[in-house]
Amino acid sequence: MTSLIKQRTNRNISNYIRKSGLSGYLDTTMKLNILTITQAAEGLRKKEFTSVELTESCLRQIKKRNKDINAFITVCDVSALDEARKADEMIAKGEGKPLTGIPFAVKDAICTANIRSTGSAKILDNYTPPFDATVVKKIRDEGGVLIGKTNCDAFGHGASNENSMYGPVKNPHDLTKVAGGSSGGSAAAVADNMCIFSIGEDTGGSIRQPASLCGIVGLRPTYGRNSRYGIMPMASSLDTVGPMTKTVEDMAIVMECIAGSDPLDATTIMDAVPDYVNEVKGQRSKVKGLRIGVPKEYFTVDGMDPEVKAITNEKIKRLKDLGCEIVDVSLPHTKYAIAVYYIVVPCEDSSNLARMDGIRYGVRNTEGRTLYDMYAKSRAQGFPEEVKRRILIGTYALSAGYYDAYYKKAQQVRTLIRQDFDDVFQKVDVLITPTSPFPAFGIGEKANDPLALYLGDIMVSPAALAGIPAISVPAGKTKAGLPVGVQIMGPRMAEGLVMSVGSRLSFVF
Amino acid sequence: MSISIDEVRKIAQLARIELTPEEQTRHAATISAVLDYMKILNEVDTTGVEPTFQVTGLTNVYREDVVVESKLGKKLIEQMPQVEGEELVVPGVFD
Repeated sequence: MTSLIKQRTNRNISNYIRKSGLSGYLDTTMKLNILTITQAAEGLRKKEFTSVELTESCLRQIKKRNKDINAFITVCDVSALDEARKADEMIAKGEGKPLTGIPFAVKDAICTANIRSTGSAKILDNYTPPFDATVVKKIRDEGGVLIGKTNCDAFGHGASNENSMYGPVKNPHDLTKVAGGSSGGSAAAVADNMCIFSIGEDTGGSIRQPASLCGIVGLRPTYGRNSRYGIMPMASSLDTVGPMTKTVEDMAIVMECIAGSDPLDATTIMDAVPDYVNEVKGQRSKVKGLRIGVPKEYFTVDGMDPEVKAITNEKIKRLKDLGCEIVDVSLPHTKYAIAVYYIVVPCEDSSNLARMDGIRYGVRNTEGRTLYDMYAKSRAQGFPEEVKRRILIGTYALSAGYYDAYYKKAQQVRTLIRQDFDDVFQKVDVLITPTSPFPAFGIGEKANDPLALYLGDIMVSPAALAGIPAISVPAGKTKAGLPVGVQIMGPRMAEGLVMSVGSRLSFVF
Repeated sequence: MSISIDEVRKIAQLARIELTPEEQTRHAATISAVLDYMKILNEVDTTGVEPTFQVTGLTNVYREDVVVESKLGKKLIEQMPQVEGEELVVPGVFD
């Protein structure tokens, strides 16, 4: 870049930052990587800069910061620049779409064609899928630039990213703290501007909780809204895929691209994909009169951080000031959600992960003599402790004589949790709660007590069990400077509504 | 403890995961804590409540049974841990 172009570019970025009100939020060192999708797409369309420059800017940030944060397992430096050049050609020909030329990262438990996809477990250390997951394919078809694969709890098992066999992800706001999980790398990569947006998975909070802990926007869509083809499955009756972004507007843009039915995933919902961007733009000015439910069970959780509670209450007041009707409601079966979740998940896990056996792909241990040895040793060396624990719990709970007491009982209580939501959405339009009872905690702090970590999912697992959409938006920071998110939950297929309400709470739209 | 070290050993064998004695002890303790916590569900009367196995309400999702040519064959073989020619090599099932 000549210095003249550089100056012009920097001036334009600074204009974007000023117009978007981001200046207090992001560091204003005039780097393209700090832009949102909306800003970057505008700059690309107006030819203020190229996708190659934008991609290089993200790659520089990764090079500078990934050694400390550990957000990426694989960085696609060569292929990303090739894709960026192709995107620039698309834009030059006037064929640009909303995500053309935008660098994005994908959780490593999601398959990407010809790029290593480990799921953060050593059993897939050498696994290179020959195909893209449908959501990835949709973004790449629009000309999105895949910049790398992000660290996560192995196969999505965890809420701190400490169960990765590639090391924990550090929180960009405080490197001694966790980034949350399981999509911790996807959250940290966006929060630290190593990419413009990312894709994560949410089985029971794995998008929303790290989004909250890292100070970004994360959406768990309605179960079945986005295709899961090409996702390494964890608990099939709960798994969803969703975007992680800097703003709610960016969320709407990515959802418009990736949502929709897929012949390769029979659980996808056939309904047409709404124009989320315009829906959010239109609705966000009309929140007046909306009925916002405040479920009391979410505000009396043991061990809830007072600062989290205070920030959430401020947001409730803000909605009231905007003319919303605040309604106290009850979801009486909330306290059973964790027990239900941690039965259903290990049961479905233990069966899904049976495919990781060292036979057809992945890393095989050949020290033993028999077929049994090969299975048992490959799985022993290829799974971290938490994955083993969940497979063992699931195997136990599904074994003869225990099925009724555990899996069936849990699925019956799940029905009651769903009914709680069905009943409450007769009275209110959406629900507001904290996303996590606490901000980011110290790395290692909860590592030896899996149950304590499970209990932290109390705010995020109920929506997952009911299959409803929920968004976490950044709502503020603790005195120690750690981000706090609030969660908006809505009825099935109400992604547009939860995004609209969320956009009024965040300091960035 | 809700689950003994012997039981952990047995389910690990069923799940095809080799565990060291230390791991067996550790899993027995942590899994017992988790299973004890699950007893909270016994408080809930679920008589006559249908289990939720899925949340979409979709039933019998069909698509046309069309043959689609896959070009992934070679790449899938490349992913195999042990190959002879184009055939996957595995340890014998019977001794």
